[in-house]
Amino acid sequence: MPICDAITLKHVPLTGGYRLLRLQAPAIAGPARPGQFVHLRIPGLEPTALRRPFSIYRAEAGELSILYKRVGRGTEMLATLQEGTTVSLMGPLGNGFPLTDGTTKPVLIGGGYGVAPLVFLASRLPRKGVILMGGRSAGDLLCIEDFEALGWPVETATEDGSRGTRGYVTALLERHLESTDAAPELFACGPDGMLRAVGARAIATGCRAWLSLDHHMVCGIGACLACIQKVHTPGGGTRLARVCKDGPVFEAREIVWKEPS
Amino acid sequence: MNAPVTPEMAVNVGGIAMRNPVTVASGTFGYGVEYAEWIDVRRLGAITVKGIRLEAWPGNPLPRHVEVPGGMINAIGLQGPGVAGFIGQYMPRLREFGVPVIVNIWGTSLDEYAEVAARLSDVPGVSALEINVSCPNVKAGGASFGTDPAALASVVAAVRRRTKLPVIPKLAPNVPAMGPFARAAVEAGADALSLTNTIPAMAIDIETRRPVLANRIGGLSGAAIHHVALKHVYDAAQAVKVPIIAMGGIFGAREAIAFLIAGATAVAVGTANFIDPTTPLRVIDGIRDYLIRHRMASVSELTGSLQT
Repeated sequence: MPICDAITLKHVPLTGGYRLLRLQAPAIAGPARPGQFVHLRIPGLEPTALRRPFSIYRAEAGELSILYKRVGRGTEMLATLQEGTTVSLMGPLGNGFPLTDGTTKPVLIGGGYGVAPLVFLASRLPRKGVILMGGRSAGDLLCIEDFEALGWPVETATEDGSRGTRGYVTALLERHLESTDAAPELFACGPDGMLRAVGARAIATGCRAWLSLDHHMVCGIGACLACIQKVHTPGGGTRLARVCKDGPVFEAREIVWKEPS
Repeated sequence: MNAPVTPEMAVNVGGIAMRNPVTVASGTFGYGVEYAEWIDVRRLGAITVKGIRLEAWPGNPLPRHVEVPGGMINAIGLQGPGVAGFIGQYMPRLREFGVPVIVNIWGTSLDEYAEVAARLSDVPGVSALEINVSCPNVKAGGASFGTDPAALASVVAAVRRRTKLPVIPKLAPNVPAMGPFARAAVEAGADALSLTNTIPAMAIDIETRRPVLANRIGGLSGAAIHHVALKHVYDAAQAVKVPIIAMGGIFGAREAIAFLIAGATAVAVGTANFIDPTTPLRVIDGIRDYLIRHRMASVSELTGSLQT
């Protein structure tokens, strides 16, 4: 697989500390599938700094985009990246979401920048569904216009009630599952608490839920075992899967969640 | 001016015939197969795989790593498939690469070390055993063998008795002086030495006042440890005659060449694999370019060439 030097085509701020970065990376954009990620070496950090993983937000015509939030040293430095600058990328990495056959109705659930891979997914699924989006506040709701442009209805929830329903996105999911007649299939990306709640609801409902985990990673390719997740095996046992290589997407029934400490 | 000749890059490390002096550090290169998707691993002098004990081992809870200035601290905890799992799952692919395979082994008792060694001894494609006596992340074994010369000698001797393969203890950096450890290992039958392992370290989240790593402590690796490792390699090379595989903070040919000058016969790229998987190949090319530039016919001329 390629390690690419990608050229920064566009790098702009969005709402609330989020930023959009578009890169010219044909060797990665071509084969990329929704739910996969790229491992990016951030220019400006010391050359010995580890790479950072980012979900793929869009991949078309040789160009690849990511959405990120400034949350630490790496993303603060990334935010200073100038257009025209070259960035080293490894990818596309991970398994990605399954593209369903259209017999189920996709329900996408995203929290914060977790919506980024869901935009890519919505653009590739064979059947339109709905996106349920949550965040702390209205500024954390991203990509609404992307889904609308794809013809997907958007339902929103914010913890402070500044847009949409007040509360968690899982409340939207509850309401949606009670009101729909179509057989749903869930796809979610966001914080662990949200994924866990979505998974529990899917298991109770009897539908499938594809959950994209966001673990801290080192190598990104399955060698270092820093990002493991305990999963059930078909034989009734468990094994330690690598989120970067065997994931980041797992079906809800596979995941063995950690006991609350 | 004479036409530049291609310098001899092959080395022999305690019986392992390597086509060049560059391998990878155990635990940073998986079982070779993962990085084979990214680089031509057949160009490596040897592949050193992640530590193996007798039975499968789950390793530590998360978080298992933290980035720190100049490197990272890891506490993976030697997660692995056990000796039978390793042979079945990984050796068929590893054999196809046609590169010497150095298997890192560990245990929680002398008997376990010896048993793992015995089970790997007749496996086709296994070229040598690197003995992990210095992993800071597993309470039951590892480090306790690495910080006492007598204990080190006992584990080397136990492995030596059960295998004809070259035996390479990987020495701990957290010792007052390397000389006694190097001598103890060689007297107990070591064919070569690896040094060094990660340095015991920790990180604290000051907001929560909790250790960042679930294991509380881990091993520091990366650029930060290079010059510590360099001194250990120098001291070991002064103390013993056996070949040394040097590792610690190699990010390019410069650090590798410094290790060779200090007395190493071969070098291993570790943490840098995570950042740039092509690092070992760049190091091979960089060493060869250096030899040409300095008109040296063989990489062995570089070993121990420190001018004092």
